[in-house]
Amino acid sequence: MSGHESTYTPNSAFERWLDKRLPIIRFANDTAISFPTPKNLNYWYVFGGILAVCLAIQIITGVILAMHYEASVDGAFASVERIMRDVPFGWLLRYIHANGASMFFLAVYIHMFRGLYYGSYKAPREVLWILGCIIYLLMMATAFLGYMLPWGQMSYHGANVITGLFGAIPLVGESLQTWILGGPSIGNQTLQRFFSLHYLLPFMIAAVVILHIWALHVPGNNNPTGVEVQDVEKDTVPFHPYYTVKDGFAIAVFLIMFAVFVFYAPNVLGHADNYVEANPLVTPSHIVPEWYMLPFYAILRAITFDIGPIEAKLLGVIFMFAAIAILFVVPWLDTSKVKSMRYRPVARQFFLGFVAVCLLLGWCGAANPDDAVIPALRGEASLVVTYTDAAGAVASSTYAGGDEAYEAAEAFMATLPATAGASLEAVPAPTFLFRHLSLILTFMYFGYFVLLFFLGLSEKTKPLPESIHKSVLKAHKPKTGTAVPAE
Amino acid sequence: MKTFRILAVSLAGLAFAGLAHAAGGAKHPHAPEGGWPFEGATGEYDKASVQRGYQVYKQVCSSCHSMKLLSYRNLGEKGGPFYDSAYPNPNDNPFVKALAAENEIVSPTPNDVGEFDLRPATPADHFRSPFPNTAAARAANGGALPPDLSVITKARHGGASYVYSLLTGYPDFALYEDRITEENGETVYTTVIDMAKFEKLGEDMPHHGPAYLIQPTGQYYNPYMAGDTKPNYLGDPRHAPPGGFLAMGPQLTDGRVEYTDGTEATVDQMAHDVAQFLAWAGDPKMQARKEVGLATMVYLGILTILLWFSYKRIWRKVEH
Repeated sequence: MSGHESTYTPNSAFERWLDKRLPIIRFANDTAISFPTPKNLNYWYVFGGILAVCLAIQIITGVILAMHYEASVDGAFASVERIMRDVPFGWLLRYIHANGASMFFLAVYIHMFRGLYYGSYKAPREVLWILGCIIYLLMMATAFLGYMLPWGQMSYHGANVITGLFGAIPLVGESLQTWILGGPSIGNQTLQRFFSLHYLLPFMIAAVVILHIWALHVPGNNNPTGVEVQDVEKDTVPFHPYYTVKDGFAIAVFLIMFAVFVFYAPNVLGHADNYVEANPLVTPSHIVPEWYMLPFYAILRAITFDIGPIEAKLLGVIFMFAAIAILFVVPWLDTSKVKSMRYRPVARQFFLGFVAVCLLLGWCGAANPDDAVIPALRGEASLVVTYTDAAGAVASSTYAGGDEAYEAAEAFMATLPATAGASLEAVPAPTFLFRHLSLILTFMYFGYFVLLFFLGLSEKTKPLPESIHKSVLKAHKPKTGTAVPAE
Repeated sequence: MKTFRILAVSLAGLAFAGLAHAAGGAKHPHAPEGGWPFEGATGEYDKASVQRGYQVYKQVCSSCHSMKLLSYRNLGEKGGPFYDSAYPNPNDNPFVKALAAENEIVSPTPNDVGEFDLRPATPADHFRSPFPNTAAARAANGGALPPDLSVITKARHGGASYVYSLLTGYPDFALYEDRITEENGETVYTTVIDMAKFEKLGEDMPHHGPAYLIQPTGQYYNPYMAGDTKPNYLGDPRHAPPGGFLAMGPQLTDGRVEYTDGTEATVDQMAHDVAQFLAWAGDPKMQARKEVGLATMVYLGILTILLWFSYKRIWRKVEH
């Protein structure tokens, strides 16, 4: 908390001299050493520290990679491979940077779900939450720009799909798209500006991170009970060494997982098509973004119908951006006075459902929208014979069933004259498809936030603990009848 | 809400169970019997196999496929097939020099009078490309562009197993039948394959034959190639065989290459060796990566244990 008294005493003549002029050591001490932190933070609270490490790793590896990377359509693909082959430990830098993006997003998603669960967005932390949302938005932009740089097939065609979304905006869309691409289509100029911006945005993220930490240190940390700190002595511990060591342990565990990907499965999170050099004339059969964008990609593709004058494509774009934009207003959508879901039994169930919806949306984003969700439940395809009948009109005849259906269809085709131009086609049986599931999940995603609004007005919450200190003691209360020392 | 959760979980479970039965698309690539030696956390390339694979590439594949990202010196670098610890700089390695010199390339730099000479390659040169540009490559291959093989094992699902499966997956020549038909007074020659006899398809084989697949002119059927066989299948389109058509015919026949180390050059052996060579070419630093990985894991493991005990000790007097 910003109100906490400074415990710093300058110990040397130089420190006293500096403290009067620029109290930077005092600031560092009060921010990272003596800062009072609730003593009941659990392991869900370690991801802030992990994210700081992720950002540092991405910036350091990225700066070195940029020394060797060549931002040109003719050289980009080969230069990335040259980094991996000829730059000393270039393979390590590149694999850390590529997998680091995934690790960064994994950590940020857990961090965000933690915030949603413990109500960390509620007063007095709304600005803290909004700054976090801005960081997340910048991260998505950075990741998208960076994915273009290896100049693989998925880089090119993924960027084509996403920049094409801007084209869906009425009136200004097309000019906006041309302005973003620097021309009518993706070319060398697009790659160069994406590289330039990919280098710029992480430093903007770092700047917002500083604001994020500042906004955190004004009200202080939230905690699993959602009850604010009342007594600094009883409820908190200094950040160092208590949380430096706990976060340090968690960071080391996280790095082990990170290293497993980097050293033993460096390409498992990527797409094979991105090792094929970009070719505008060949479109991959199945364009998918990186895993961390999949839920939003599913929402984008879920809308396949027009509403009034708004076309499906624009509607998909609106829903996709709304899915992120809604996070900014969560502090005002959630009407409950109780922060932590620990004490909101009904909301808690819905929260877990919301997490499941997000994961399922990711699954839908990875799948082909026209594939069956459960192929085992799909019936056998029927056979359709299409031909031109005697009157010159196009007619068709459908045969359902097993092998006998094929025989019947063949027999029917044999009766038709050659001029009928008969053709045989298999039409898949109707079933529950991924685009149906995506649509349902999209409404559930938004439904959760609407529900938070109404639930907060009426729900019955469990009694809150009086203080952080009391809640800790209650959790550790010894069982009755044990360990009572005799006088 | 509980019901929702149970529903969601069972839905996901069912869907994953169904994935195994998902039909359509190409046949899933498989590794050769016994798997690959370079798999796993400590797996390494079989050096002799990668050496033989280079020979297969050189004598068979390289007549159409380039490997633009590789230089001859790579063959003699640490982890490479012809590495010799006596020559830490592969440009000095006489064996690598000799391998490079077998290839005549157009010098990338002009001579004294500004012309580009033909000369034997040196270890510093890139692998010789069979065609000067993609247009020439297409023209020589019936319009199809033979893909560059530098990173092919990273660019295909299944990696080396895909290369191995594709090369060994073609139907036997005995299954091809030539058909001559008269259409509008013209004689039409077509090649068909009786899929009911193509036993390598396994469970995807048509139940009862004959079930013919028409092979388009200049194209060859392969069950591991991505594509669609429905338009060419003379049978129930619901049971069209997996795979697709590609412009490369079956290249490997027994004894096509005479191995310098005396290994018998069966189709399976050559496919195995060249797939392993391409796996090395796509990921030449794999061994270094696994070595650094092991050291990193040990370091992080010890650090984690130390931090755990520090954490327990520092927090021992705090109820939390």
